Amino acid sequence: MLKFDATVKARLDELISRYPNKKAALLPALWVAQEVYGGWLPEAAMQEVADHLEVSRAEVEGVATFYTMYNKEPVGRHHIEICHNVSCMMFGADQLIEHCGHALGIAKGETTPDGVFTLNGAECLGACCNAPAVQIGGTYYEDVTKARMDQIIESLKGDSPSDVIVPPQSKMPEQGRF
Amino acid sequence: MSEQPQLLYQNRYVEGIAGIDKWIEHGGYDAFRKALTMTPEAIIDEIKVSGLRGRGGAGFPTHIKWSAVPKNFDQPHYLVINADEGEPGTAKDRDLMNGIPHLLVEGCLATMVAIRASKCYIYIRGEYVQPWQSVQRAINEAYAKGFCGKNVLGSGLDLDIYTHLGAGSYECGEESALMSSLMGERGMPRLKAPSAPLPMISGVWQKPTVVNNVETVSTVVPILNRGGAEYTKIGYGSPRSRGTKLFSISGHVNKPGVYEIVLGTPFSEVLEIAGGVRTGHTLKTYIPGGSSMGFAPPTPLDYPFDYEGIPASTQTLGLGSGGLIVMDETTSIVPIVKRLVDFYHHESCGKCTPCREGLNWLSKIYQRIEDGAGREQDIDLIWDICDNIQGKSFCALGEGAIWPVMTSLRLFREEYLSYIRTGKDLAMA
Ligand SMILES: Cc1cc2nc3c(=O)[nH]c(=O)nc-3n(C[C@H](O)[C@H](O)[C@H](O)COP(=O)(O)O)c2cc1C
Ligand code: SF4
Ligand code: FES
Repeated sequence: MLKFDATVKARLDELISRYPNKKAALLPALWVAQEVYGGWLPEAAMQEVADHLEVSRAEVEGVATFYTMYNKEPVGRHHIEICHNVSCMMFGADQLIEHCGHALGIAKGETTPDGVFTLNGAECLGACCNAPAVQIGGTYYEDVTKARMDQIIESLKGDSPSDVIVPPQSKMPEQGRF
Repeated sequence: MSEQPQLLYQNRYVEGIAGIDKWIEHGGYDAFRKALTMTPEAIIDEIKVSGLRGRGGAGFPTHIKWSAVPKNFDQPHYLVINADEGEPGTAKDRDLMNGIPHLLVEGCLATMVAIRASKCYIYIRGEYVQPWQSVQRAINEAYAKGFCGKNVLGSGLDLDIYTHLGAGSYECGEESALMSSLMGERGMPRLKAPSAPLPMISGVWQKPTVVNNVETVSTVVPILNRGGAEYTKIGYGSPRSRGTKLFSISGHVNKPGVYEIVLGTPFSEVLEIAGGVRTGHTLKTYIPGGSSMGFAPPTPLDYPFDYEGIPASTQTLGLGSGGLIVMDETTSIVPIVKRLVDFYHHESCGKCTPCREGLNWLSKIYQRIEDGAGREQDIDLIWDICDNIQGKSFCALGEGAIWPVMTSLRLFREEYLSYIRTGKDLAMA
């Protein structure tokens, strides 16, 4: 079933208007598609992007698979990514990942059976001065201890809203409106 | 301690400074207004006098890039801002974009005047959702005040700024890969001059393009406010390293954080600014400017910390992005280097063989060592593989990947041997 309705298409058109050609809107369009499709990019999503941007399906797939933040399979409602690069590693990132895995009953790269949490390692998140750093959807958590991690997980259980990343939506004011 | 004038971070901690009214109250957009009264040549001259060098890692003189852009308006020119910050240990652009987004927007606008660009794209790494929101909010405010849009402040110039979110690829920070990514392609690097035209002649969409780091264009603001000549008076070291730079200092220091530090400040004082090495511990090694710069020995510490000042004896590649990682005696080197090897292996775009295959091999060897199945000859093997990547990779990622490996081997050979023999390292023994 196609999911790009008029509102989504209008958003895509606004994105396209920022660039000299449609193809350049591919990355932002994939972000929109991932949001609309619930946090990942099934084939249908890529097809819809290809159709709207008038580029080939192969091209869309080639790009989507190059970038790690486009999920090629479903992820949990909350995608917990713990930075395991050097500065965070020095402050117990690996132990934090292990702890988190125990708490959730899953290993790195897995999703809980109820589809709420996915756990992954991440490369340097640019929060090295507050290590270890954790990204969940678009939100950063810094200086994360095991106890803090437990609290965060607790707060995200139940029916907390999904935190799939909502991509660029600028509202450029019309000239003369202000 | 040397005085540390704050040019970029002067108002960083003022309540509400991310909003445009507070920003203007503190002199915000004065530099841009000044730029509008100047010719592009005059702005470039001011930057030339200031000696500003790119803050993204390479330290390339900014005015040289800018003056290579054609001096006419008969085709679109583009300014592309590199906010892909992915070099391990580097957290400065994020702090700037979160805290003082208008500094970046103002810097972009002034730069656009200088290079005759009417459109600017700020390429922000996909993980930086909060900084992206902060910057987009600032851009929207700038439109509302008439600093962006058509015929800005009656200047006759149309200046549009857009944000563009990446999607998780370290390689996209490389300038030509970043341009590919902005055009909707995979983030792979392209041939460079002299084999291909400079981006300033033919960049994104085959149009003149300048790619600058977030901090570089932000620094244009205090330079225009003070004048290039005044700016050069700041600096404690080399005449070619003037002004201030942001450093993200992480690891085993008492007060990790992002600090604006005058270039040429003695390195020992830089450590002091971050509270010094963890109390009760001693410095083992440090990475001066992002992981690709390699490991430095704990002595000497009394040199001027700037582009020229880092002693050749440290064997590091230099100041880089300003991501200083400090490690004390409790740090095990082999697992750290393994982590970096895995990082570069994961981020290698796969375009050229030495990097793609070499890093794959390195990654396997480090895994073997970690699993306790390492052999002493592995050390020579690692060195050999590095040798085969060095100078033979298509872009600088390959070079950056082997540098932490080679410098760690030079400094900590004994530790490698002990790790291989006993499965443990000296630090843990
Ligand atoms: C693998 C690789 C990653 C890079 N990542 C970044 C980055 O995240 N941010 C950045 O500003 N420059 C990065 N650079 C440097 C850019 O290629 C380029 O030199 C810089 O954007 C130029 O801007 P500047 O002159 O203002 O420093 C990277 C280079 C390489 C080879
Ligand atoms: S050095 Fe690595 S990242 Fe650069 S082009 Fe070659 S494979 Fe790609
Ligand atoms: S190393 Fe974890 S945020 Fe940089």
